[in-house]
Amino acid sequence: MTEQTVYSGIIVDDNTELTLVQLSQATGQPAEWVLELVEEGIIEPICRDSVPWSFHGWSLRRVRIARRLEMDLGVNLAGAALALELLEEVEDMRRRMRQM
Amino acid sequence: MEYKDYYKIMGLKREATQDELKQAYRKLARKYHPDVSKESDAEVKFKEVGEAYEVLKDPEKRAAYDRLGANWKAGQDFQSPPNWDSGFEFSGGGYTGTGAGGFSDFFESLFGGGSGRGGPFNSNSHFNARAQDHHSKVEIDLADTYHGQKKSIRLQSPEYGEDGHVRLRQRTLNVKIPIGVQEGQQIRLVGQGAPSPDGKTKGDLYLEVCFKPHPFYRVEGRNLSMSLPVSPWEAALGATIKMPTPGGMIELKIPAHSNSGTTLRLKGRGIPGEPAGDIYVTLSVMVPNAENEQMQSLYEEMARNTTFNPRAKMGV
Repeated sequence: MTEQTVYSGIIVDDNTELTLVQLSQATGQPAEWVLELVEEGIIEPICRDSVPWSFHGWSLRRVRIARRLEMDLGVNLAGAALALELLEEVEDMRRRMRQM
Repeated sequence: MEYKDYYKIMGLKREATQDELKQAYRKLARKYHPDVSKESDAEVKFKEVGEAYEVLKDPEKRAAYDRLGANWKAGQDFQSPPNWDSGFEFSGGGYTGTGAGGFSDFFESLFGGGSGRGGPFNSNSHFNARAQDHHSKVEIDLADTYHGQKKSIRLQSPEYGEDGHVRLRQRTLNVKIPIGVQEGQQIRLVGQGAPSPDGKTKGDLYLEVCFKPHPFYRVEGRNLSMSLPVSPWEAALGATIKMPTPGGMIELKIPAHSNSGTTLRLKGRGIPGEPAGDIYVTLSVMVPNAENEQMQSLYEEMARNTTFNPRAKMGV
């Protein structure tokens, strides 16, 4: 019998708070890049006044998609922000269509 | 190995200019980008296009490839198909950022391992003093999120070998799926990413969850919905029937005077959580065929004794 280690993970959800460093590490990008996303409104700190900033768990998904769009399609962050908004709108419409 | 026609993949002629190539790449990349595209094989197509562009955009690689193309035109087959494995573990970047480790054997046989652009070992990660997080997708059964099942997940990640070439490291990780995880959510496994260059810290591994398509349940967040076939008498008279749910078998009470389209809500039977989701069951009345004399006479009796008009609303 080989010994088996079972790892337990945590779900990154709305109750999870991520730091700037965690978002930066998750994309392999410098923290300045993540700050640019905040400037573009792609992600929003939970509370702007409390330093250091923390972000909702769902920011991780947006940050990663923004990075992929930037890298793979050559769009700038403003373009990525627009694409993300439109993608979410399409997703929402698809969901409503399925419910009909 | 399979000979790959990079020009065909890009939809270009061999004489295509670099400008035409860039245009074709941008167009295909937008079409097949896994974040944007809804095509089922988007990820595979996107990687294929990425590999073709990687070769053709570089004048030296393109020249080498062109030379090869002429030589291999005789129809000689390369062996072994390209390996596009799912569960590919990559760090940080885009889908193209998997580097040479994610390209086909055909590509590697031509250009070797370590030549991918912007891969996991590009400047920002290789010379990064920090540890790197890794990301992968994991496909689970709907029932797994109910029971917190243990899953064996196969991952591969590119690594530098001692000779400086990139190779794929395979590993199997046993992960306990957290109860209540939803489609699209990430599971964070602390310390399972790549180590920092000094080996002092380790990044995390993020697993993005997707559900295997279920034969009868559709998933919306924590809620499930399904269409439940019932007989006309079950719908008309009411009945208690057995129904399988991902959480186990339950008894469902169908109220009298139900019909096709009647939706029942099973509170708290959806994906577990605070609060747990619900299951929405929409009844679909199935009408039996008048396949024998007895059935036929039953239908005839109903026709004689009822004033039921399903088209009353149409005024006919």
